[in-house]
Amino acid sequence: MAKAHVYQRDHVNTDEIIPARYLNTDDAADLAKHCMEDLDTEFVKKVQPGDVIVCGDDFGCGSSREHAVWAIQGAKVGAVIAQSFARIFYRNCINCGFYPIELHGALEKINDGDELEIDYQGGTIANTTQGTTIAFTPLPDFAIEIVNDGGLLEHIKRQKEKGKGQNDR
Amino acid sequence: MAMTITEKIFARAAGKPSVQAGDLVNAKIDLVMCHDVTTPPAISMLKAHGIDKVFDRDKIVVTPDHFQPPKDIKSAELHKRLDTWAKEKKITHYYKLGRAGVCHALLPEQGHIRPGEVIVGGDSHTCTYGAFGAFSTGIGSTDLAAAIATGILWFKIPASMKFTLTGSLPTGVYSKDVMLEVIRRIGTDGALYKAMEFVGPALKEMSMEARMTITNMAIEAGGKSGIIAVDDATRAYLDGRLKDKSDYTVFESDPDAEYVHKDTIDCSALEPMVALPHLPSNGQPISLCAGLAMDQCYIGSCTNGRIEDLRVAASILKGKQVAIRTIVVPATPVVWKQMVDEGLAEIFYDAGCVISAPTCGACLGGFMGILAAGEKCISTTNRNFVGRMGSPKSEVYLANPATAAASAVEGKLADCRNYL
Repeated sequence: MAKAHVYQRDHVNTDEIIPARYLNTDDAADLAKHCMEDLDTEFVKKVQPGDVIVCGDDFGCGSSREHAVWAIQGAKVGAVIAQSFARIFYRNCINCGFYPIELHGALEKINDGDELEIDYQGGTIANTTQGTTIAFTPLPDFAIEIVNDGGLLEHIKRQKEKGKGQNDR
Repeated sequence: MAMTITEKIFARAAGKPSVQAGDLVNAKIDLVMCHDVTTPPAISMLKAHGIDKVFDRDKIVVTPDHFQPPKDIKSAELHKRLDTWAKEKKITHYYKLGRAGVCHALLPEQGHIRPGEVIVGGDSHTCTYGAFGAFSTGIGSTDLAAAIATGILWFKIPASMKFTLTGSLPTGVYSKDVMLEVIRRIGTDGALYKAMEFVGPALKEMSMEARMTITNMAIEAGGKSGIIAVDDATRAYLDGRLKDKSDYTVFESDPDAEYVHKDTIDCSALEPMVALPHLPSNGQPISLCAGLAMDQCYIGSCTNGRIEDLRVAASILKGKQVAIRTIVVPATPVVWKQMVDEGLAEIFYDAGCVISAPTCGACLGGFMGILAAGEKCISTTNRNFVGRMGSPKSEVYLANPATAAASAVEGKLADCRNYL
């Protein structure tokens, strides 16, 4: 069971997710200590492994820093659900094997503190607090393959092992 | 089939007769830009996966810039990792201290950007290079690692938006103001996943430096890329500058190419703009916000740290004193030298400014001008998010270099037209 941490905000940007003052390292554990710091200084104290961040539109806008995804992964966040994602952040998530869940109307369907169960295969979120089941837009198949392989580089490696390069996809 | 300039570039890079928005392609990468924050992790990933080779050591350009020179021990470690790798891989174009500069000013200036090519970089403002009729976009470290190793990345061909710039820029209004107006109109996600194509007669009057300010900020509207077709000004800039002297390919959008959004900006009707905290889309004409007290002025960055920008700032600061701490950051060593040679450095010194070495520095809250809680900064940079330049309780106001300089003199948001 994962708890939802809802921020009623659009445009939560990479500077808020991991401020540049911490970009002098790429260590996920170090970055995790400051995850979401400029949006909510309490976040790292209250987040439990597997918990879910829920936001409005354009989550992850701004910098290309993959450190934002590493900070979230390092903080053991289970998923990010947003009404929409900024492009580079979205792509970085997939490349890191982290499934970004795009859910229209997320802020109306999930309240802060709601308990959620996510079924990635089925593309649904069970909101057990509200007793609802919500369908989300699944990733395209090739992106699911990358996520399931654990990220882009693992994916490339496995494809090569299978005897077919990235070119053949 | 009619294609946009962006589709034509991708068709070439994917080796296909045509592509259209929405297609997924594997595209050959012509150039990869690497800096000190996002490349060291990419290097570590490659090592961890036992990937030793780079796809083409001539097509990777390396410059440390974010924390340049290193600001602390940890960033020095990042630089060391970058340096060791660049030397080990014999990267042909590695700009070290003394020749290193803000990447998006440095690469065009040093002749690495060629029209018609597909360029990626581990930095969101990589979209800058679209000013030269190239497709160029920012990527994260994993994509960067893949690009370095294979020279190929997958792309979804972006739909295009067309922005027609008409009229001509009034005194005190610059390309920065045009882009702040575009972002004000469509919002920070108004161009999400899209290529922003800029056309129109007002562009003809803009230098390549001015055009780069426009494409640089495509990402602030969520854009995948910004692009401006090649014209005589582009050719003149590239002549004698390109490292690779072979012919480049010039693409143009077909007249009946498809656009998901079209808008016209009458540049003659614009005022100097200021984007208020905490989004680049919070643009307001200076007449509505003049008078607000500032604590710092920052003139620099990949958006407005080129020689033209410093000339504009100096023309206002000449013979005056700044009322607030003012930091001038030439974007590259060449700009730094030009600033000295043209006597601008003396003007900045006399006015009471501090002049920094080329670096991204405080633009991203790195160092060299960090804000305390409650402080306000008028800045020629590109983002004014919460905490962008320092304390999460500080504020950043984005403007053109003339507005920044005039505000430095008055110590408050000021109308640069009173000084020009």
